[in-house]
Amino acid sequence: MDHRKHKAVVLLSGGLDSLLAARLMLDQGIHVEGINFFTGFCVEGHTHAVRRDRQDRQVRNSALRSAEQLGIRLHIIEVIDAYKDVVLNPRHGYGAHLNPCLDCKAFMVGRARSWMEEHGFDFIVTGEVLGQRPMSQRRDTFPVVARESGAWDRLLRPLSAKLLAPTLPEREGWVDRGRLLGLSGRNRKPQIALAGAYGYEYAQPAGGCCFLTDANYTRKLRDLWASRGERRYDFDDIMLLKIGRHLRPHPSFKLIIGREEGENRFLEGYRNRFVHLCAAEYNGPLALLQGDADDAGLDLACAITARFGQGRSAASVRVAVGRPDGSRHERVVAPLPANALAADWYL
Amino acid sequence: MDLDARYLLCPMPVIRVSDAMARLAPGDTLTVRCTDPGALRDIPAWCRLEGHEIVAARTEPSGDIVIIIRAGG
Repeated sequence: MDHRKHKAVVLLSGGLDSLLAARLMLDQGIHVEGINFFTGFCVEGHTHAVRRDRQDRQVRNSALRSAEQLGIRLHIIEVIDAYKDVVLNPRHGYGAHLNPCLDCKAFMVGRARSWMEEHGFDFIVTGEVLGQRPMSQRRDTFPVVARESGAWDRLLRPLSAKLLAPTLPEREGWVDRGRLLGLSGRNRKPQIALAGAYGYEYAQPAGGCCFLTDANYTRKLRDLWASRGERRYDFDDIMLLKIGRHLRPHPSFKLIIGREEGENRFLEGYRNRFVHLCAAEYNGPLALLQGDADDAGLDLACAITARFGQGRSAASVRVAVGRPDGSRHERVVAPLPANALAADWYL
Repeated sequence: MDLDARYLLCPMPVIRVSDAMARLAPGDTLTVRCTDPGALRDIPAWCRLEGHEIVAARTEPSGDIVIIIRAGG
């Protein structure tokens, strides 16, 4: 028997299952550190908390909250560029929207495997539960993740371990298989009870952690690709899809319009990249114009921007149009009437 | 060292802070400026886990969040 303290790296999402999986390892005296990959599509309370009217909501990183409760280190690693191939060319296809869940899991476990090898850790732990997710957490897809990630039998799923073949950490006695669980299915009552016993707080519900599973978000992403004539994105693209109203009143451009002060402030950070519009004499939103607009298009964009400001009932509104080079001019427009705001402009 | 993490959403400010702290010697300080309201919780939480000290954390009238961190040993 090998008596040194073994080391596990846990994919810590911030959800309940990975929190418990890590806890089960700590209970067996394993040295545990967390790893969390930021793909750019992760849903966090912060994303919404940019809106000042939502700041009473939980505004903290869920994985960090889990790590604090566990008392373990957390390595948050940005994988935005590397993840593009997963999003754009998923070997196993998409779920209901643009969610490449099986490829995503294999990618993340594969990254964790590399990290494990670089840092001298012994095995990888996930909070996966057999039968909980339709794509990535099935008896026939668990081995796919183990194989494609290269983790093979160094991948331990403590919550369902008793229903699966013993992994290397179990066979070698690094962990006691008898103290692992045999959970399956979508019923989360056992996990909730266990979290209660430990006194843990956790983010919920499961399944809502990725914008690629969100119908509204993925509609905007598809529109972005269609407008470019190719499927590509960069970091700012996918951040901006999370913020503001998105309207495409013309095939050549769309507007991203702040919904309140917090979003306007966030959009200000992009004034050096986009044409931006703001009513000059009334309170109102900041709007970014993404694409190309001619004079008529700019007038329409200004009229729409005025529509969402406090001057919406005025006969005319002066709208300041700024350009990335710092130049600025004003246009006088009639705010667009509510009934002229076509429903199909909204993305 | 100063770090501008304004207009970045969670968890990018924490990632940038982590990268910056890795370049500091124990006792050195990092001043980070953010706009994400969650930074006031997350950056101190990350620092607690890593053994760094929060010297000061404040929200300025402009809305910017400024956090000063001293690198642990």
